[in-house]
Amino acid sequence: MRYLLVEDNLELAEAVVNRLALDGHAVDHAACLADAEDCLAAAQYDLILLDVMLPDGDGREFLARSRTRLETPVIVLTARSQVSDRVGALDQGADDYITKPFDFSELEARCRAVLRRRGGEARNEIHLGDAVFDPLAGTLRLGADSIDLRNREIRLLEVFARHKGQILSKSQLMDRLFSYDAEVTENAIEVYVGRLRRRIDGMGVRIETVRGLGYRMEN
Amino acid sequence: MTGTGSIGRRLTLLLAGVAAMLSVLSWWMVTGLARQAAERTQDNVLAASVTTIAETLRSEQGEVRLELPYSAFSMLGAISEDRVFYRVATGDTILTGYEDLPVPNEIVSSLGRVVFDTGEYSGEEVRMATVSRLVLAGAQPVPVNVTVAQTRGGVASISAELSQLAAFLSVAFFLVAVSLSAFAARTSLKPLNEIAAAVSRRGPSDLRPLRRAAPTELAPLLTSLNRLMDRLGQSIRSAEDFIAEAAHRIRTPLATVRAQAEIALRSASDDDQKQRLRQMIRAIDESSRSAGQLLDHATVIYRTDDLVRTPVMLSDLVSQTVSGLEPTASMKDIRLDVEALRAKAEVDPVLIENALRNVLDNAIKYSPPETVVKVAMAETNGEVRIAVTDQGPGLGEGPADQLTQRFQRGRNTQGIVGSGLGLTIAKDVLVAHGGRLELETLQGGTGTCATLVLPSS
Repeated sequence: MRYLLVEDNLELAEAVVNRLALDGHAVDHAACLADAEDCLAAAQYDLILLDVMLPDGDGREFLARSRTRLETPVIVLTARSQVSDRVGALDQGADDYITKPFDFSELEARCRAVLRRRGGEARNEIHLGDAVFDPLAGTLRLGADSIDLRNREIRLLEVFARHKGQILSKSQLMDRLFSYDAEVTENAIEVYVGRLRRRIDGMGVRIETVRGLGYRMEN
Repeated sequence: MTGTGSIGRRLTLLLAGVAAMLSVLSWWMVTGLARQAAERTQDNVLAASVTTIAETLRSEQGEVRLELPYSAFSMLGAISEDRVFYRVATGDTILTGYEDLPVPNEIVSSLGRVVFDTGEYSGEEVRMATVSRLVLAGAQPVPVNVTVAQTRGGVASISAELSQLAAFLSVAFFLVAVSLSAFAARTSLKPLNEIAAAVSRRGPSDLRPLRRAAPTELAPLLTSLNRLMDRLGQSIRSAEDFIAEAAHRIRTPLATVRAQAEIALRSASDDDQKQRLRQMIRAIDESSRSAGQLLDHATVIYRTDDLVRTPVMLSDLVSQTVSGLEPTASMKDIRLDVEALRAKAEVDPVLIENALRNVLDNAIKYSPPETVVKVAMAETNGEVRIAVTDQGPGLGEGPADQLTQRFQRGRNTQGIVGSGLGLTIAKDVLVAHGGRLELETLQGGTGTCATLVLPSS
């Protein structure tokens, strides 16, 4: 997936770009509306993350202006008050809305929800052994059979699939899977890994335990 | 409203007072004039009568003779049924008539001219007319005084009659004048009432200037009213801007710090360090949520003061709010089950959405993963109920404590059982709409049911 992030706060932008890259997404960063226009003219994007307050204008006005020619779904990032702002952003044609500071897991969840809702032709299916995994639809297909995965299973499987052969620590998985507002123990990861193992049983891939270090997906 | 009384009433009273004064004055004048006219008529008839008698005086063989003509008395009877007295005398010698009729003294000097006087005779007031004429008695002309007197009962009754008529007319005039005054007061105050009606017809947030034709006297009032509305509008806008700006100022640096912490967390290798960074992120989330909710609460208080109600299809609002929270719920594999019911209510949709989102947020936050949060709507007895049921730990003593801690650090005085600002906002919004928030733990502590109750339309 190719994302365009329009955000003038460089630290925040860097963190978002890094985080989305972990999921295998290509993210272009524009620091102002003029840059964003250039990016949009040069490339096709699957999703735009748009800050509201930019040095050269209001993101919502840009949205209202370009909505007619822009097919790409847009998630608005804002630090303004929810009550007075929420309706405004959605009215101007945003697909969703997230308040800063946001949890990256929530951002991912919202991106996925918007992409799924918009349907689009964008598909990034991942081949896992004999199976085909569609992280957007949350399905795992083996021949004619198709299994629906739960959200956390999808995300866990996506992390393993994108880092096949690499050792992933429990703490790394925890940070990817859970938002920070819940106190989670590493036991929870063990539970989800156990469940995922049963799901992919017989599909030609497996998740190995690397003692003291974490887990690794192997063919 | 206590004040300085009604202008309309004051104007009416003033005009009625003037009318009353004019009525009394006109009655008094008419009565006076009527009396005068009656008296003058009596005088004229008396004069004619006395002259007629005087003309019959003649000298016959050195003696004064006269005939009392019938007409001289009949004409007096024409005015009224009053008693008539007469006296014809030469000096002190009575020729005929009532001797003791008091005769005015100055008659001698006014030869040929009728002299009037008012006196009393036989216990009644009488009007007397006297004329002196020189008649030859022998060789010498002697003055003969002819006096005719008439009681004044008739005059009094005529003037009383006229006075009564005048009084009747005055009262009629007064009544007409009073109703005309009331009408005039109402008519001249109409533009004022129209302006008042135009202002009160407006929605609470309609602060556009009043544009309507007004009489010159009301133009300054209209101008100051418009200026006041302009200032009010500005202060509302600046308060809203302030809240939005404050949120931005607080959250933007928090977002930066949070992003940095996440980057640091990813590159950290030490477990202890990671744990600290996680706690830091959690603290940032907590404070940004608190800041957001404080500002939301401020906006809510602000908006509930001046509720802008529009007819809203609640089922649509519920579905939209729920679908907005679906990604958040999916992170914990929580299913949001909605049973929407087509119910309408007159509400501020932004506020109701905010209230519902706070309740749903709580439900999702305190539910264990892979559970169901049910949103069910019902309409009974003019109320729409939106019940949010979770499978969380309920509102029991222990967990309620935990809720306050998590949600509202150090600010657990907000009043509602086991909740922080989120439920406070929800409750405030509902109360402002004439509804309420009901919270209960399900039997056996298998969850919480929070119900938003709104009057339906």
